Amino acid sequence: MEKRVTFKGIWSPLLLVLPQILITAIFFFYPAGQAIWQSLFIPDPFGLSMQWVGLGNFEYLLSDRFYRASFITTAVFSILVTVVSMGVALYLAILADRLIKGSGTYRTLLIWPYAVAPAVAGVLWLFMFNTRVGVVTWYIGLLGYDWNHVLNEGEAMGLVVVASAWGRISYNFLFFLAGLQAIPRSVIEAAAIDGAHFWTRFRTIVWPLLSPTTFFLLVVNIIYAFFETFGVIHTITSGGPQQATTILVYKVYSDGFVGQDLGSSAAQSVILLVIVSLLTVIQFKYIERKVHY
Amino acid sequence: MAEQTGMVEKRGAGLWLTHLGLIIGVAFIFFPIWLAFVASTVSQPEIVRPPMPLLPGDQFFKNYSKALTAGINAPVALMLGNSLFMALGIAIGKIAISLLSAFAIVYFKFPGKKLFFWLIFLTLMLPVEVRIVPTYEVIANFGMLNSYQGLILPLIASATATFLFRQFFMTVPDELAEAARVDGAGPMRFFFDILLPMSRTNIAALFVILFIYGWNQYLWPLLITTDPSMNTIVMGIKQMFPSGDDIADWPVIMATSILAMVPPVIVVVGMQKLFIRGLVESEK
Repeated sequence: MEKRVTFKGIWSPLLLVLPQILITAIFFFYPAGQAIWQSLFIPDPFGLSMQWVGLGNFEYLLSDRFYRASFITTAVFSILVTVVSMGVALYLAILADRLIKGSGTYRTLLIWPYAVAPAVAGVLWLFMFNTRVGVVTWYIGLLGYDWNHVLNEGEAMGLVVVASAWGRISYNFLFFLAGLQAIPRSVIEAAAIDGAHFWTRFRTIVWPLLSPTTFFLLVVNIIYAFFETFGVIHTITSGGPQQATTILVYKVYSDGFVGQDLGSSAAQSVILLVIVSLLTVIQFKYIERKVHY
Repeated sequence: MAEQTGMVEKRGAGLWLTHLGLIIGVAFIFFPIWLAFVASTVSQPEIVRPPMPLLPGDQFFKNYSKALTAGINAPVALMLGNSLFMALGIAIGKIAISLLSAFAIVYFKFPGKKLFFWLIFLTLMLPVEVRIVPTYEVIANFGMLNSYQGLILPLIASATATFLFRQFFMTVPDELAEAARVDGAGPMRFFFDILLPMSRTNIAALFVILFIYGWNQYLWPLLITTDPSMNTIVMGIKQMFPSGDDIADWPVIMATSILAMVPPVIVVVGMQKLFIRGLVESEK
């Protein structure tokens, strides 16, 4: 797709793209190149020289028990966050879609968490489940359940999943509601006249027609869970207990900045780079983003 | 078999059940926010002896003024200012450089156009999280640690915004550019007098999304602002927790959490139409 009418000149367009290209080169491509380069070396303990190790950092990572555990943790975490937030959002969107009046009011109320930063969401949920002062901890303690996400790995995972999913409900709700409202009423009413009950209608008509939205959300939510939940993990568990909530992004941070293991951190960055590239390609291929070049 | 009447929308008992379901959902969404608000209006002893009250107390002004003027490491008013500056810088910066590059890509033929387009496209695959250590080194070498430039610049390139404007410019009728050219108006005149005013709604919708994006940044400010007076509010909250076994100053921390969500909530709820439009268009 090209414009028929274009302006003349070679220098002016180059000048116009310059700011974006400069920023991109300095803060995107150069650091990404550095990450790839550094992933092939290990620095000596004094940081004075670098020793070429080829793919050694990668081999070490892939044989490292903790890194493999972090992969599994990330997979479990992402799947749970995606399923929980999409499930709740779909349920609420279906309900809101059935209302003739008032769905706008609910929408206004349900979009709030979008504005709440993941790190702030983390603090809110940490407060409710705090082992000393948490309200929820106290009330479920009355029921005889001793909540302690600081020590219990499953509870820690549960808490970061719920806090991350909570922040994502608004987003998924808006897309599901738009998807549902785009389904022609006449099709659903026709099925209803034929005697199809809610579940039959949902299974045979609504769900298939909603599948592009669902697929899109699936990919975007996995990307969210992989990369944008750092704030939740950092505020609630700092990756613990026993690295039970150390997702890959958190490990890049803790190995690179806290552990100062630059070669390993760079190799981890490269692996994440591959993952995010794959996800972006999938997203584009199936979601038909309109890129015509 | 009441549903055989053909009405899909619920009436009577079904309608109430639908409302009930939604109200439960809204309650689940709001409970954490409500608790944070309550905690920001009571005193520390009321919180550290659980269970804390579930209705607001009378310490609102005391807690908020303590947070805003003193805070724990730095006054929260200062952190709010930093966040505002960073969010505005990111939103305006992204929009400005994307408008210019989209204009060049759509309205000019020049060597390297495809290459530039792909270079911009590739930035989608490089979120800051995958290049944190080297980007940190770049900023450190430029001497931009603890500075607004350091907070803003690395987050400012945006493929999404460039695509959005490119899409929009493609739909602008060719006759307008033709007419401008016949009238002897140069490209920049056309850009400022015609294209920019036509893009107003798109710019506003994108601004809402990018403002929230900038405001809610966490990892990047955490790395490069070691000086508490440069902390943004979203990353500063975690820094307010004591290390070790000391008890956190919950009322002040919760007042800060509420303050951290007020500006983005106002933007999202107040500009709901633009927000939804921006969301759908920037993700499509």
